[in-house]
Amino acid sequence: MTVKVLAIDDSRTIRSLVQKVMEDAGFDCICAEDGVDGIARFAEVAPDVVITDINMPNMDGYGVISSIRGGEINQSVPILVLTTESADHLKARARAAGATGWIVKPFDDETIVSVVRRVTGAIG
Amino acid sequence: MAPQSSIRDTFFEECEDLLEALAEGLAAMAGGARDTDTVNAVFRAVHSVKGGAGAFALTDLVAFAHRFETVLDGVRSGTLDLTPEVMHTMQRSADHLADLVEAARNEDVLPPDVSEAFLANLDQCLGAEPESLDMGDTPFDFAVIPLEFGDDPAPKEPAGYVIRFRPLQQLYANGHDPALLIAAVHALGPCEVALDLSALPDWDGPDALTPGLGWTLRLTTQESETVLQEIFEFVEGLCSLDISPLEDAPVPADPLPSPAASPSPPPGPEAPPAAASAAPKSDPAAGAESAEARGPKPTLRVDLDRVDRLINSVGELIINQAMIAQRLQDMALASDDDVSLHVEDYRLLARDIQEAVMAIRAQPVKPLFQRMSRILREAAEATGKSARLVTFGENTEVDKTVIERLADPLTHMIRNAVDHGLEGPDARRAAGKDGTGTIRLGAAHRSGSVIITIRDDGAGLNRPRILDIARRKGLVAPDADLADAEIDGLLFLPGFSTASAVSNLSGRGVGLDVVRNAVTALGGRISIASVPGQGTEFTISLPLTLAVMDGMVVSVAGQTMVVPITSILETIRPAPGDLHRVGTDDSLLSIRGRFIPTVDVARSLGFTDPSARADFPLLLLVEGENQSQCALVVDAVHDQRQVVIKGLDSNYGQVPGVSAATVLGDGQIALILDPDAIAAHRAGPAATAAPRPPLFHADVHHGQH
Amino acid sequence: MANTDLAETDLEFVTFSAGGQSFSIDIGQVREIRRWSPVTPLPHAPDEVLGVMNLRGSVIPIYDLAARFGLDRTPESPRNVVVIAMHGSQTVGLLVEAVSEILSVGRERIQETPDVRSDTARQTITGVITVDEGMTRVIDLAAVVQPRGKAAA
Repeated sequence: MTVKVLAIDDSRTIRSLVQKVMEDAGFDCICAEDGVDGIARFAEVAPDVVITDINMPNMDGYGVISSIRGGEINQSVPILVLTTESADHLKARARAAGATGWIVKPFDDETIVSVVRRVTGAIG
Repeated sequence: MAPQSSIRDTFFEECEDLLEALAEGLAAMAGGARDTDTVNAVFRAVHSVKGGAGAFALTDLVAFAHRFETVLDGVRSGTLDLTPEVMHTMQRSADHLADLVEAARNEDVLPPDVSEAFLANLDQCLGAEPESLDMGDTPFDFAVIPLEFGDDPAPKEPAGYVIRFRPLQQLYANGHDPALLIAAVHALGPCEVALDLSALPDWDGPDALTPGLGWTLRLTTQESETVLQEIFEFVEGLCSLDISPLEDAPVPADPLPSPAASPSPPPGPEAPPAAASAAPKSDPAAGAESAEARGPKPTLRVDLDRVDRLINSVGELIINQAMIAQRLQDMALASDDDVSLHVEDYRLLARDIQEAVMAIRAQPVKPLFQRMSRILREAAEATGKSARLVTFGENTEVDKTVIERLADPLTHMIRNAVDHGLEGPDARRAAGKDGTGTIRLGAAHRSGSVIITIRDDGAGLNRPRILDIARRKGLVAPDADLADAEIDGLLFLPGFSTASAVSNLSGRGVGLDVVRNAVTALGGRISIASVPGQGTEFTISLPLTLAVMDGMVVSVAGQTMVVPITSILETIRPAPGDLHRVGTDDSLLSIRGRFIPTVDVARSLGFTDPSARADFPLLLLVEGENQSQCALVVDAVHDQRQVVIKGLDSNYGQVPGVSAATVLGDGQIALILDPDAIAAHRAGPAATAAPRPPLFHADVHHGQH
Repeated sequence: MANTDLAETDLEFVTFSAGGQSFSIDIGQVREIRRWSPVTPLPHAPDEVLGVMNLRGSVIPIYDLAARFGLDRTPESPRNVVVIAMHGSQTVGLLVEAVSEILSVGRERIQETPDVRSDTARQTITGVITVDEGMTRVIDLAAVVQPRGKAAA
């Protein structure tokens, strides 16, 4: 079964990049353009992994994580946050919020694919 | 990495939106807005530019955006006061960011000293403390692991490791699956996995953080410990983890047989006991609802070429419809004939399609206006004046090409308004005005046209001086007695410049005549009004679309031509006594007690075939820019109709007195006249009192032999 | 249309007669050949610009090639044709007396324009090719359609 990725980012560029890399790796990728949109899509598509930006309008990445983790369905889906900062306190904050892992922007194709594989167990 | 170029295009397109949002947000902040939404939007815009730029390794852009973001973060968190200086720096930084984006798009590099100056300004906001890209605050030193795979030489690594791993409940809650972690370890080499039940907790117990199941893994591998640690990077703090070299590892007291390559730990991710209680509650369903309620309208990004192809085809459709209608008319069918009715439906449908297609190209003038605030800032800085831009009607929609082609003239006029229109702060205060001048830039739709106004609250035009300059330059007869409007109109004459010294700002050898030409080329017109002491207002009137216009079909020297309806005041069939000869060739029309100069269109176009000369010419009374009237002599006036405008520029070039062409119902091309240009070409003694700009370039006459 | 039989160095030209002389133009620049149809004259246009014509909704200028080379204007004749040619993004029509043939020649057969006195010829002809009945002049379309301000002597 194909791994379904939900990518939430307000930047069209990053969305396109993530989508391309995911699709090149053979995953399905659904995009959402902010937190609220992301949560709506999450309910619709039941993804195997969520990749979300932190800094977004309407609902930020932390809001996305807590909505999913505190929700009714698929609460323990792996959630990866995209962050431009590699600073550890930000990683710690993401982890404390319930993120499964993180990807530091700018990411390269292999890193993001391998991280997705790591947290989903997808064969690679 | 080398992302596809289409994503690169996406990035630069997105940057345009982001820079627009940034400018808008900063303008709101400059106007006093301090709300979180505004400040966050500004922060996010810069943040997203940085994020995207990082993906394309645009290091200059990333570095600058990062510093800018740091300042914005300070403003957002309240640690940095939003003083006028900081505000100014941020606006200038937004301008510079736009420059950097543009440079990156053109694969260009800006001079480093320019960026450094801007970086220094930002640092100044932060309290002069230069800051490095990576924030140094690292409470978890262990986690700093380069994400590289397998190529670490590490010759002195042990033969393997013993890993003791005991997840906390939070590990499951965060979406981790111990089975995946164990499988990842197993992928590094032969591995014995032992389930450690020794600390199996009481599931009903209140402490969800108590370690539950544990595993001991004995891994034989050549890989470095770094690689191992990377596997557990994300679960750091979510489990108890001990990694030790294999040699030193004490043999487990009661080693259980390995449960094969893929162990299945009992608490799967599907059932994280009590984990949900740790996470804050929220209602995803509510979120979904509001997303539908306030989500943006769905849009489609389409290649402009495709739209233009569609517009071209629709233009053809309109012409085709006109052709059929004309043929039918020639056949003299009854007006209630079926075919005629269907063709009328066809006409209406074609118009609907045309309007719908034109709407695709329509865009709000907002981004254009926003660019002007930057122009204003730069002009104010260069001239040492204080100025603010007030815009209105930014959501007025205009054809995309009109917007693009308006950028240069508008830029020039804003500079001009700051440079020549506004007084210096002292002079303003002396005149009892606010030291900061205001330039109002507005757009509005008015009866099928777009009206753009640029108004300053400066000193107004210095008419005696304009007249003096025009006389000295020989643009007007020394004894000419001109009305105010006529004097104002002198500003549009080629080569006229009021600046006594050529200012490097609005000077550059460019006068308002260039602005006028640009506006005329768009099928528009420009006029000027000024009140001494109160300011000057320029009004540009433009067609809504470049593709169609209402025209009057006329005959001139045996040719069919089209005159834009917008410039025609009335059609006159003169009585014998209405025309008064002046000199050999010229006539004045007497109408309602006034004398109005006439222009023979055929002669002004150089079509002097006397055989085609009509015995009873008709006159079209047209109003030129600045309200000067003139009567165009044509041979016949036919009907009024909508015509599709076809440019002559792309395949040929500009033709004096002609703005464009159109295709008539019979497939023949008709020229669309530019009445302003023709009216300006008044010759003979009757016009000595009026300015007489050379209409046609000398080299054209030259080409005539 | 690419002809795969041609050696790489071969070039193809459309040759035609104008003012009684033979001219040719790179086939890559030729879009189509049309019958003559009446044009709409342009004001203040140089002699060789006959006017503009409607080509499927585009307005394209028609140049009288003979007049452009200082010869007499092409007399009206039903045989006259218009060669529609592209120069960059610019589409123009060249009125000629007749189209003769498509000429396929090696690059080496194009000779430099001999030292002629006519400025127009020097500026607008890139070379000559010897053919059975004499020679044909390879025209530089860019120079032909150059605005008169620059091209006019």
